[in-house]
Amino acid sequence: MDQGLEMGLFPIGEAMAQAMAKKESRTVLLRFAFALGFGTTVAEPALIAVTAEAAKIAGAAGAIVDTTEAKGSYAFWLRITVALSVGSALVLGVFRILVGWPIQYFIIGGYILVIVITGFAPEEIVGIAYDSGGVTTSTITVPLVTALGVGLASTIKGRNPMLDGFGLIAFASLTPMIFVMIFGMLA
Amino acid sequence: MEFLINIAEIILTTIFDVLPIVVILFVFQALVIRKKPARLKTIMIGFVYVLVGLSLFLIGLDEALFPLGKLMAQQLTDPGFLGIEKGEDVHWGDYLWVYAFAAAIGFSATIAEPSLIAVSIKAQEVSGGAMKAFELRIAVAIGVAIGVAIGTFRIVTGTPLPYYIMAGYIVVIIQTFLASKMIIPLAYDSGGVTTSTVTVPVVAALGLGLASTIPGRSPLIDGFGLIAFASVFPIVSVLGYDMASTWLRRRDKPDSKEEAQWTSK
Repeated sequence: MDQGLEMGLFPIGEAMAQAMAKKESRTVLLRFAFALGFGTTVAEPALIAVTAEAAKIAGAAGAIVDTTEAKGSYAFWLRITVALSVGSALVLGVFRILVGWPIQYFIIGGYILVIVITGFAPEEIVGIAYDSGGVTTSTITVPLVTALGVGLASTIKGRNPMLDGFGLIAFASLTPMIFVMIFGMLA
Repeated sequence: MEFLINIAEIILTTIFDVLPIVVILFVFQALVIRKKPARLKTIMIGFVYVLVGLSLFLIGLDEALFPLGKLMAQQLTDPGFLGIEKGEDVHWGDYLWVYAFAAAIGFSATIAEPSLIAVSIKAQEVSGGAMKAFELRIAVAIGVAIGVAIGTFRIVTGTPLPYYIMAGYIVVIIQTFLASKMIIPLAYDSGGVTTSTVTVPVVAALGLGLASTIPGRSPLIDGFGLIAFASVFPIVSVLGYDMASTWLRRRDKPDSKEEAQWTSK
């Protein structure tokens, strides 16, 4: 798989991140960021494994109907929710790189949001929600997203790759927690 | 025969799972960048590797990593192994081996994590060598080890997850004001980077296994959360690493500027 990533995903992802960074249009760039976040997360093996496990347990505990179909749909929508949240995270993160605002305001704000929503979310979803933050960003996502961030920060004038290039993963591990808790409140 | 059908099913599912990213990359390539990618043939072969590798990985996860994590958790919490009577109240001190195992597995899985290796190499490159890739990996691995150990302690005691995570957040926020500005984005990233291919299945299985064997714990409420610990504590340890190295540098050279190591590039 690693060799496949190196031959198939890395070159095309990195070249595109760089080509995108040189493009003038911010809308195209933000759309690309969303698509990249959504697409990589839907395919994430660790997330597939964990949502399946989450559905199994939710079924056994009676949180959802204990049928293969209900569990399949629960796992599927959980995955879609997480993928949407990572897409939004990259949009927000790329926007931050474009404007050059300090990351800590976003992250600390996100922490406060997580804490507030935790108070309203059903208890059973909190563990899954907190875990989904870390689960989303792995083998496929991390190299592509890091390449995008550092590529952007190196191309845009006045941005420091160390200060502005990193941080996209941090966004992508924070928003799933918020989205999944909201998923738990609505489901 | 059943095993073969299982494999075929997983490969089919994988094709549907990888399809979105392939479509996205190629649509943007064709419509926005409008250039034929160099070495198209190699890239196509690479995608086949991704498909095969991902399918094999998912099978391995089902057949080996998940059961292994659960088995270890069961054995380590077995009343016979712990030397306690059945029906007795759980005492956290009886589970010391669980914490030790959790820390060890957290540390070693993180050191082996391919995405962390990729990011730390990138960080070393971008910082002009000021940030050592290996030191970053050690700092992150220590954070994961401590995080997973505390996470298993939480499962054993059955205390609410949000309190621990909030406490972690408060520590991160305080450290954010004290650490060097340059390390902050990287430190925040290291939380999400750590929990990847190897770590997630093993750690998730450990948590679920523990929650189902320890009396009075519900897998749904107590079983999850270990990965959350593993994503918060590396932030603390990386920021801590930066604060410690700044302090050491100041002690050696009292008049050196705070951000000197970053501007030297």
